[in-house]
Amino acid sequence: MPDQPLAIEVSHLVKTYAGVTAVADISFTVARGEIIGFLGPNGAGKSTTMRILTGYLPATSGSVRICGLSVAHQPDEIKRKIGYMPENNPLPEDMRVSEYLYFRGRLKEVSRRKLGPRIDEVLELCDLKRVRHKIIGQLSKGYRQRVGIAEAILAEPPVIIMDEPTIGLDPHQILIVRDLIASLRGRMTVIISSHILPEIEMTCDRVLIINQGRVVAQGTPTDLRREVLGGSHYQLEVAGDLTSLPAHLALVEPTLTVTAQTEPDAAGFRSVSLSTDRVDELGEPLLRALLAQNLRVRSLSRVHSTLEDVFLAATRRSWDAVAAPKPAAK
Amino acid sequence: MKHYLTLLSHEVRMLLVNPSTYIAAVMFLGVMGFMFTGILESYSKTPQDTSPAHVFFSIFWFPVLFIVPLLTMKCLAEERRLGTIETLLTTPVTTTEVVLAKYSAAYLLYVSLWASTGGFFYILKKFAGDSRFLDSGPLIGGYLFVAVSGLLFIAVGVFASSLSRNQSVAGILCFAMLAGLIVGVRFLADATWLNRDIFAPVKSAVDYAQIFSHYEDFTRGVIDARQILFYFSGTVLALIFSILGVEAKLLHS
Repeated sequence: MPDQPLAIEVSHLVKTYAGVTAVADISFTVARGEIIGFLGPNGAGKSTTMRILTGYLPATSGSVRICGLSVAHQPDEIKRKIGYMPENNPLPEDMRVSEYLYFRGRLKEVSRRKLGPRIDEVLELCDLKRVRHKIIGQLSKGYRQRVGIAEAILAEPPVIIMDEPTIGLDPHQILIVRDLIASLRGRMTVIISSHILPEIEMTCDRVLIINQGRVVAQGTPTDLRREVLGGSHYQLEVAGDLTSLPAHLALVEPTLTVTAQTEPDAAGFRSVSLSTDRVDELGEPLLRALLAQNLRVRSLSRVHSTLEDVFLAATRRSWDAVAAPKPAAK
Repeated sequence: MKHYLTLLSHEVRMLLVNPSTYIAAVMFLGVMGFMFTGILESYSKTPQDTSPAHVFFSIFWFPVLFIVPLLTMKCLAEERRLGTIETLLTTPVTTTEVVLAKYSAAYLLYVSLWASTGGFFYILKKFAGDSRFLDSGPLIGGYLFVAVSGLLFIAVGVFASSLSRNQSVAGILCFAMLAGLIVGVRFLADATWLNRDIFAPVKSAVDYAQIFSHYEDFTRGVIDARQILFYFSGTVLALIFSILGVEAKLLHS
């Protein structure tokens, strides 16, 4: 057995529906115990990819292996290894929470003896103890969502796939779900998709940005920032003669350039945006250089780009890539 | 097939907690009771050749056309509309197990509804005290016919339910298919143009699929293996189509 066994291997996955390509040649791997986030605009192919991973939908071409087993050839074994919560979290309306979990546990082949204590444990984990005898149809969105999550982790599968688990939850409940997912780290491999970017950034080890059925960027949030946005950015508030500023900046770091500059305010300060290819901290040499020029500096800060910027940049880049070859082909 | 019993007990339980089951049962028993009293009244006025059980079961088509769509329209259509079929099929169960469990639950309910009409005959026996009213032959034959033909009728309903995610569409489709099977075939058998020589094979096929004549045979005590085979093969075919229907929807969803 290799040192770093892969939980999920997806290679050249393609799915077309009636001529529309939902997933176009996606490849990625997920290591055991990793938490990975799928990001992408609506209709990017996130849900379709997840459904193929669970074996619910067949792929048009390409292969998916989960824990070394092929989804297409051993669908029954695959289904024992996956806990899946679909988009919109469909639940039967007229069952009680504990009844539903018992039924699902039996379907997932948890033995009767183990199922009772396991249900208690899962109810505790998801903070559902108070509603265990309530009818699911009468529960609020937050509770329903947690019933879905409880159901996904019920049989302790090695791989958990959740399609938008935090949709419709209030901040407090999001916190609970985030802690819950984080508590699975190392024990289970988790794939979640979400629109809430800070959510993904906080819980996931790695992010996969999907657009138009393609993986447009992948890596840790830090890697993605560097790869997609390139270098680092600084924000400066400075007063004085700025005509020689670019030349002095070049002395500090050759790639340091002024990207934007505002008109001076009442006190004569302008705010200046700088960008550089370097990723390490340049604040101190920059400040020294500025003060040596007798410029008055009111503030200097490094811009911390959010995953949102990365996401927007990566998806825009992929739109451009898709749009670009078309005129060339004509 | 190891999940079949889990699924079946779940389905039966869902039927038992669902108010629509009780509404269907009350309607069924109300209509059947009304008809039974009508039959008894006509017997009290003029003497008849046949036993009341024979007449009672001869109107089997009427409850079948209304009760079967009511019982089956929900089973697969609802599951797809809510999306719970997705969570169901991503557990280690097969489509066959799901369809069979839903079919069995609906069939059990159908048979138990008919079985409860046995109470009518019990009351009749108790109060009339005349054993002539209770000819056991047509009674047993009638219930046997209901049980065997119910296999096919419920399977047709499950098939209709697998075709649509809309319950009412499934219900109407089921009604239309059953009406075609029971009433339509009877009309065809009476059609004179089918008597021409060229249509002879069609004519024999239509005669073979005559559900009303099967009923006559059953109540007369003639249990024909060909008729049993007709219902069994029809049931198996309808169930295979239901399984394919569910799976085809997945491929194209």
